[in-house]
Amino acid sequence: MNFRTPTGGTIDRNTLLHFTFNGEGFTGHSGDTLASALLAHGVHEIGSSVKFGRPRGIVAAGSEDPTSLVQIETPFPEPMLLATTVELYEGLEARGLAGQGRLASISDPARYDAKHEHCDVLVVGAGPAGLVAALTAARSGARVVLVDEQNQAGGALLGVDEYLDDRPSASWVADIVAELKSTPGVLVLERTTAFGMYQDGFVLALQKRTDHLGFAAPASVARQRVWRIRTKQTVLTTGAHERPVVFPDNDRPGIMLASAARTFLHRYGVLVGSRAVVFTTNDSAYCAAINLAESGVDVPLIVDARPEAPARLATECAARGIEVRAGQVVTGTEGEGRVTGVHVAGATVACDTLLVSGGWNPVVSLFSQARGKLRYDAELGAFVPGEELGSVRVAGSATGELDLASCVRQGREAGSAAVVAAGFSSRGQVPLPVSDSRCTSRSGLVLWRVPGDEDTSFVDLQRDATVSDVLRATGAGLRSLEHIKRYTTIGTAHDQGKTSGMIAAGIVAEALGVEPADQRPTTFRPPYTSVSFAALAGRDRGALHDPVRVTAIHPWHVAHGALFENVGQWKRPWYYPQPGEDLHTAVLRECRAARSGVAMMDGSTLGKIDVQGSDAGKFLDMLYTNMMSTLKVGRIRYGVMCGVDGMVIDDGTVIRVGEERYLVTTTTGNAAKILDWMEEWLQTEWPHLDVHCTSVTDHWATIPLVGPKSRDVLAAVAPDLDVSNEAFEFMTWRDTQVAGVPARVCRISFSGELAYEINVTAWHGLAVWETLMAAGAPFGITPYGTETMHVLRAEKGYPIIGQETDATVTPHDLGMSWAVSKKKPDFIGKRSFARAENQRADRKQLVGLLPVDPSVLLPEGAQIISSDHLPEPPVRMLGHVTSSYPSAALGRTFALALVRSGHSRIGETLYVPVSDALVPVTVTDSVLYDKEGTRRDG
Amino acid sequence: MQLIPCPWCGPREEAEFHYGGQAHVAYPSDPSALSDEEWAQYVFFRDNPSGPFAERWSHSAGCRRWFNAVRDTRTHDLLAVYRVGEPMPEVAS
Repeated sequence: MNFRTPTGGTIDRNTLLHFTFNGEGFTGHSGDTLASALLAHGVHEIGSSVKFGRPRGIVAAGSEDPTSLVQIETPFPEPMLLATTVELYEGLEARGLAGQGRLASISDPARYDAKHEHCDVLVVGAGPAGLVAALTAARSGARVVLVDEQNQAGGALLGVDEYLDDRPSASWVADIVAELKSTPGVLVLERTTAFGMYQDGFVLALQKRTDHLGFAAPASVARQRVWRIRTKQTVLTTGAHERPVVFPDNDRPGIMLASAARTFLHRYGVLVGSRAVVFTTNDSAYCAAINLAESGVDVPLIVDARPEAPARLATECAARGIEVRAGQVVTGTEGEGRVTGVHVAGATVACDTLLVSGGWNPVVSLFSQARGKLRYDAELGAFVPGEELGSVRVAGSATGELDLASCVRQGREAGSAAVVAAGFSSRGQVPLPVSDSRCTSRSGLVLWRVPGDEDTSFVDLQRDATVSDVLRATGAGLRSLEHIKRYTTIGTAHDQGKTSGMIAAGIVAEALGVEPADQRPTTFRPPYTSVSFAALAGRDRGALHDPVRVTAIHPWHVAHGALFENVGQWKRPWYYPQPGEDLHTAVLRECRAARSGVAMMDGSTLGKIDVQGSDAGKFLDMLYTNMMSTLKVGRIRYGVMCGVDGMVIDDGTVIRVGEERYLVTTTTGNAAKILDWMEEWLQTEWPHLDVHCTSVTDHWATIPLVGPKSRDVLAAVAPDLDVSNEAFEFMTWRDTQVAGVPARVCRISFSGELAYEINVTAWHGLAVWETLMAAGAPFGITPYGTETMHVLRAEKGYPIIGQETDATVTPHDLGMSWAVSKKKPDFIGKRSFARAENQRADRKQLVGLLPVDPSVLLPEGAQIISSDHLPEPPVRMLGHVTSSYPSAALGRTFALALVRSGHSRIGETLYVPVSDALVPVTVTDSVLYDKEGTRRDG
Repeated sequence: MQLIPCPWCGPREEAEFHYGGQAHVAYPSDPSALSDEEWAQYVFFRDNPSGPFAERWSHSAGCRRWFNAVRDTRTHDLLAVYRVGEPMPEVAS
């Protein structure tokens, strides 16, 4: 059947578009939505409901529609789109959904982006009020942005056949849009939905730039764009949505809002049925009935719930053969799938379409998001803006004013007030149009529902939530609309209750015997309509999601097959597998090289902070648990930092470069945090101190050269340096030349072996690394990664901050009381060490664990218990495994762990539950290798 | 996205700032003279008023300066900003 009118609408009848729905082929025109094209073929049934599987159709003509959810298959699979907002394109393939969609399993090839825009006045909604507001603002010279979710301006005018100033309303709209677009400083954005309104004039809007082009969308154009608009003043002309009435079996396909039928007729040239009954509580549906009857639809009956029908409109209806019955209601419907009849006053009236109007709900979502308070308008039966907001004005039907002349006057006043508030003077008066409309939308009866079968009286069609559900909620004692919303799920679907929320509030008020005005409406939250994660992510995905930091030596690591580990934003070599090696064998080889020959790693990511000033020593004395001001120039000290609560936050070495200059190192992941920590204390507590801190992490390439042969390798590349133990002691540094470039060499060790840390400027990092590799070749020099570094330090019981520690571990717990000064009167954390909690004998302390079976590797994070069988829960946990590795040096596995009273349990056997077994382990000191420190000096 | 008026840079988006908790909680001049309870008050306890609240903020992704602000915790409105060391301005609550 063809339901397309011979003429009319804004579709292009010369363009024939082919599409499929549920596998069946159809045609439509450019300018159609998927919904209008389907209705033109008489297809009302779109999908089925999420809980009950009841057939569902099309209720509204725009984004407020609760039911017409489809899955788009091409050009890219996309779930949960509304047929009423999908613009038709050639080759579209869609399917109706049974409540839920299916995410694409392939990655989205389209580009999404974001753009910032600053303006004086933002107008949301290009209906009559918005157009007048925008033009008023534009003529004053202000920077104006006008956004509208439709593909053309006009708003409610698109769905009616009104004349403005004795010409079609489209002509009046076109003139204003043309003037706006030609005015410098004015931006008109179509297909753009303002979906979130935030503080200080910040508005997010989603522009659909190429969705409507389908396969013809150019790949070079971002498919969707998030506009991040910062505006001084906002005018909300967001319009109103028609509200249905709830009655038994109100969810059948073919039952739709009266205004939707009008829109399909006037905008798309589509008749929504052959025989339509109208059920209304107000005048506006009469126009729909008259329009449809004049277009050839059989309209046998208007059921008007009001005691009396409007005389003039009833006369007009009678002239067109439409019977009007006042004081009656629709009490039910029938049909298999699409509606075939409606029940009125005990009789059945045959029809294929039922048009419903229960009045109008102003669209107050953005106003509410902007923290505007809402007020219940009892005449309208809806919440309206209830207060004036500083920089946000509301005009048009969004205020509850439904008469066009008043709407455009409000638009002009709001536009004028907005530009004045933004610092401009309002120039001239935009002339207001005069409408020939026959129907007013006010003077309605507020009717939420018709009594009847509550189990089939649907309040939220998408959530399959009925009057029964609402009454069950109030029966359970719920009073607040927020609670009832969550209990019933009404208003939580894609449409966020655009058609259901107000009715639910009304039914709740009736059930509780209160006035809707006494209830607090539910809070409107962004987004107003669905926004895809792809759009929100924009360009910030894949390689652009987060910056990647690499060291100066990175290309060498890549060329030599390193596998990488992410440490914060850094890419660090994890290990360097040789052919046939896995992590385990590669790490054992790298460890053996470091302990028996020579090995080196790229330590450039180590955080480095240059601390200068006459008070630098005094400052570091406060930050570190040990004394730094007594450190002599040329020497190095290991230090621990704590928070005021006494818990370890970082560790590292401090190099005294000069009398008033220190170089502080931090763990790789904490570099920024520790610089912030220093700045916080310097700026907020001790601004009188003469200290300046600068991050120099990236300035230096840092290469630890490790192992008994490291001295020989260093000697070969640093001819000016006396590398003997006597001349170059442990924990000292020397400035010299390495590989022909200036270098600072530090004798520090994170492995317990003889080791040198070679620092050169980042520019020379790669060349120095390659020179060291060549000089070390005769000694079998081996590059190693972070995994080997972790094993080597764990064998020595050196903790990694963040792995051995969380925010509950003190230096004493780590067995590092030696690093806590007893001489200093104060340092950050000192006072907390004396708290009772920190004195407890059963604190968790760092120990080593040796599995009784030396081949068993404990999982990191495993719990530790004291009994050799698993007791009934709750099981008392003594602590957990923090690090666990196989060790080449020990010839067995080992672990570090935090264990209650760990330091006094050394020698005890404890148990680690692993899968179904309990693994016995022996508690040891945390230092498992070279406890005497004999290897340090080579 | 709120605009926060940095006293050094002017209004900037809140994403550039870090929050630093209650302002005017000075590090005790002699922590060792405090009882455990007094020290715990400094370390763990902060006010949580409904209304104007003096707070520390850092323009961490901008000029990196710390400053103080009086914020109405009911509305998030910033009633005043002032530099470290300056007295808290009088604000109408």
